[in-house]
Amino acid sequence: MSTWEPVIGLEIHVQLKTETKMFCRCRNGFGGEPNTQTCPVCLGFPGALPVPNRRAIEETIKLGLALDCEIAERAVFHRKNYFYPDLPKAYQISQYDEPLCSHGKLAVPTPDGEPVIGITRAHLEEDAAKNIHVAASGRIRGATATLVDFNRGGTPLVEIVTEPDIHDSETAKRFLQLLRQTVVELGLSDAELEKGSMRFDVNVSVRPAGSDELRTRTELKNMNSFNFAAKGIEREIARQIRVYEEGGTVEQETLHFDPAHEESPPMRSKEEAQDYRYFPEPDLVPVHPPEDLVDRFRTEIGELPGARIRRIADTLSFYDADVLVTGGLDRLWSAVVDAGADPKEAANVLANQFVATGTDVSAVDAGELAKLVQARAEIPRAAFDEALAKVGEAGFSADPYLAQKVVADASELDPVIDRIIEANAGQAAQYRGGKHGLLGFFVGQVMKETGGKADPRVVNERVRAKLG
Amino acid sequence: MARITRDEVLHVARLARLELSDDEVSKFQEQLSDILEAVSKVAELDLADVPPTAHPLAIENAWADDVPRPCLPLDEVFANAPDRDGDYFRTPPA
Amino acid sequence: MTVDTLRLTAEETNGLLTRKEASSDEIYRAYLEAIDARDEELHAFLHVCDDDPGEGIPIAVKDVIGTRGIPTTAGSKILESYVPVYDATVIERCRARGLRVIGKTNTDEFAMGSSTENSSFGPSRNPWDPSRVPGGSGGGSAAAVSGGLAPWALGSDTGGSIKQPAALCGHVGLRPTYGTVSRFGVVAFASSLDQVGPVAKSVRDCAFLYSVIAGRDENDSTTVDVPAVELPRNHDLKGLRIGVPTEMNDDAPGIEPGVRDAVRKAIELAESLGASVDECSLPLSVEYGVACYYLVAPAEASANLARYDGVRFGLREDGADFREMVMKTRDVGFGDEPKRRIMIGTYALSSGYYDAYYGTAQRVRTAIKREHDALFERFDVLVSPTSPTVAFPLGAKIDDPVAMYMNDVLTIPSCMAGLPGLNVPCGLSEGLPVGLQLIGPQFGENTLFRAGHALERALGFDVVPERLR
Ligand SMILES: [Mg+2]
Ligand SMILES: [Zn+2]
Repeated sequence: MSTWEPVIGLEIHVQLKTETKMFCRCRNGFGGEPNTQTCPVCLGFPGALPVPNRRAIEETIKLGLALDCEIAERAVFHRKNYFYPDLPKAYQISQYDEPLCSHGKLAVPTPDGEPVIGITRAHLEEDAAKNIHVAASGRIRGATATLVDFNRGGTPLVEIVTEPDIHDSETAKRFLQLLRQTVVELGLSDAELEKGSMRFDVNVSVRPAGSDELRTRTELKNMNSFNFAAKGIEREIARQIRVYEEGGTVEQETLHFDPAHEESPPMRSKEEAQDYRYFPEPDLVPVHPPEDLVDRFRTEIGELPGARIRRIADTLSFYDADVLVTGGLDRLWSAVVDAGADPKEAANVLANQFVATGTDVSAVDAGELAKLVQARAEIPRAAFDEALAKVGEAGFSADPYLAQKVVADASELDPVIDRIIEANAGQAAQYRGGKHGLLGFFVGQVMKETGGKADPRVVNERVRAKLG
Repeated sequence: MARITRDEVLHVARLARLELSDDEVSKFQEQLSDILEAVSKVAELDLADVPPTAHPLAIENAWADDVPRPCLPLDEVFANAPDRDGDYFRTPPA
Repeated sequence: MTVDTLRLTAEETNGLLTRKEASSDEIYRAYLEAIDARDEELHAFLHVCDDDPGEGIPIAVKDVIGTRGIPTTAGSKILESYVPVYDATVIERCRARGLRVIGKTNTDEFAMGSSTENSSFGPSRNPWDPSRVPGGSGGGSAAAVSGGLAPWALGSDTGGSIKQPAALCGHVGLRPTYGTVSRFGVVAFASSLDQVGPVAKSVRDCAFLYSVIAGRDENDSTTVDVPAVELPRNHDLKGLRIGVPTEMNDDAPGIEPGVRDAVRKAIELAESLGASVDECSLPLSVEYGVACYYLVAPAEASANLARYDGVRFGLREDGADFREMVMKTRDVGFGDEPKRRIMIGTYALSSGYYDAYYGTAQRVRTAIKREHDALFERFDVLVSPTSPTVAFPLGAKIDDPVAMYMNDVLTIPSCMAGLPGLNVPCGLSEGLPVGLQLIGPQFGENTLFRAGHALERALGFDVVPERLR
């Protein structure tokens, strides 16, 4: 293994959640009836002209700043030419050699270091429409027709391209999670993989460790989960190593995972390699980001997720810090800790139980949640669960739940325990005969009998003593 | 100045999605060669220090505010559509 | 009240209306009758409207300009059945002033040509001599105005498509400064060159129609606000500094002696009206303009014409798969000229050739622009013939694309530089009109109107074709 070094680069597309599309003022939204969010511009009717969306340009600049990019003094839109049903003008308006953002970097905290991944560029373009290939199988091959819905066509899309600076699947996955959290926090995008509002391609190659050559790479396209991507990368790394070790050569190829989110059409044959014939879009004029605007954005960007993982990992474990930040929970965590909760306890509650309730983080009163976290051991489990489920409701108060104390007094619990042992004489005999796994059964019965109010530690101790 | 080859004509026609008959290929090979010879004149100039002009109008930052406007009604969306399937445009399989 | 459609300017026609000597409907009908009488011979129109709402006078519209509910073919079979669902901005602006569209005029397919012979629906003919071309690509609008089928018209000009037909048909035409008139809704040929402009019988009509259509349009990112238009009233040219580029006049490639003489006389007349006249030079622009144009325009066209894929509008030919359908549709739908230009443009942009062709052409464009800018530090207006020749017979150049392209050698350079140009008829040669081209600095339309108006009055050219008088 150690004789081969993987080389990984990423290309990510993020749909911006602006009110309107990139080059027309049709509503930019998911889920409308087919072709109802269209106009002459996004249908590519003769004579229609693009007019860029100010907010999309501004948000791309913000993202560029968050990725430590240079913001171009002059950026230019280009036409990228190819024919496909979902591309109404038969060119995509994109950026080529003068992108809005370039030469950035993103440090990715990991348990054992913080690799810095270079950002080659972040540019703005328009999304393609949605093709539906109708056929028995629903796959591209064997389709009988293609149906096109232009609602998505023209959605603003930021394309982020990294340097091939990543050398393992875990870092790739962390990079993607961190980037996702960054765009979500900046309010630019939902970045939901299932909806396709964040999509990514991975380039993978391997080389002899210690060399700096770049060998033939393969492209994994349109994977729809971070874990899936990590597994895919590992499989591909292993395959390439095997090929080289068996004396073979790796062929350049593209492996598609999700044909619903094609970026560009599949190539027909080698003889006709894509030639996109980029040239400056003559219907648009250059973008010259005003300096004062860029400066203002620079000051508006708060502490970014990577920095927060680093800071919180000083207090908690790296793992907890990572989960809190990439889960969008760390700001609430800080507030809950500031309100008096134990940091580790608060992290456990947020990362495990709170997340499962699906509560909107911004709706939570941190003071009340802090009270709950602190009282977790003292109130009945059922009361705690119920309180946590309601912590996001308007006017929520922890007090009624804190008033319910657990029953920890042995003199109160002993009669219940005796009753249950008596009613389950068979199991009691088995326990005494050595089947100690039945302890949980008895504890559970007692908890049930007391409506969840008993202190499980005390019940444990008493059951064991009595069966002992 | 080299003439454009038959293969080049076919390659360019494919890129531009033009299906040409054999006669057309021969005719265009001649004509395109003449035209290319004429336009190749631009290469006579030494313009290494001259920046390119993509646009004759020196303006920048022509943007619109992110405010929705009404979309087309469906009957206008499909008014000129050669083939329609429900509310989708329909094409032969891509 | 009879409306003398052959002779009346738009201003005069509108006078009938304001003085209540004729109603808007009467005027509209008079032009429909003129079309009935003369368009069978001229074929200026691809579509004639029976009626169109409005309270003002009629206007003819080149068929590359999109009109809601009225067919817009761009002279191409691929758009034969296309009826736009929205108006071009210039049409909206004309409608806001009460103008009524009387019909859509013939054009070379996608405005690609200099004779209107590239129209998929047959050529238009020159009202001065129907065996000759009216010029192109706006031959339909030119023939309509010259033949008295419309008081004025909208044209579009990429490399001379308003100016050259105006010269060949003996009327006035303005190609405005790039960016002053919206292209929204206009079928695109070459986006960095296309400009809509007025086609009329007088400079004042031209100026007025320009004032109607010009100005920033929020739907076209490449438009700007323009200086207020001044309708010219002057008789003299005192203080006007006229430059005469030798390469575009006496030394112009392929110039006919009759054309040269008529233009010389017009320049002498300008001097007698108080202008100062001096020779100057545009060596690079004239030598390399056409080559530069025939790289830049086809490159942009190759992308602009890619949307004609048979999916959302226009012609569709059957095919087993998407690709085959697209290839067949485009083969059947496009004529030879768009095919040639699409292929030239595709070639010029393709991998390995971009720098040598398109990239170099863009640098030449800078050089052309600089050469013009330098002259406008010394001159207010540059003059030359608009076309080196008078109208040529139909069929004379149709099989020789390069010869046809050389027609535009005098109109192209200023188009590449984004500058305005005005054609004013300045005399006859062999009984056919000769056009004088006035080129102004960026946003210099008012200067062109002033110079054109004074010359027009002094020249006294009769815009009604001799054989129709
Ligand atoms: Mg992209
Ligand atoms: Zn739209």
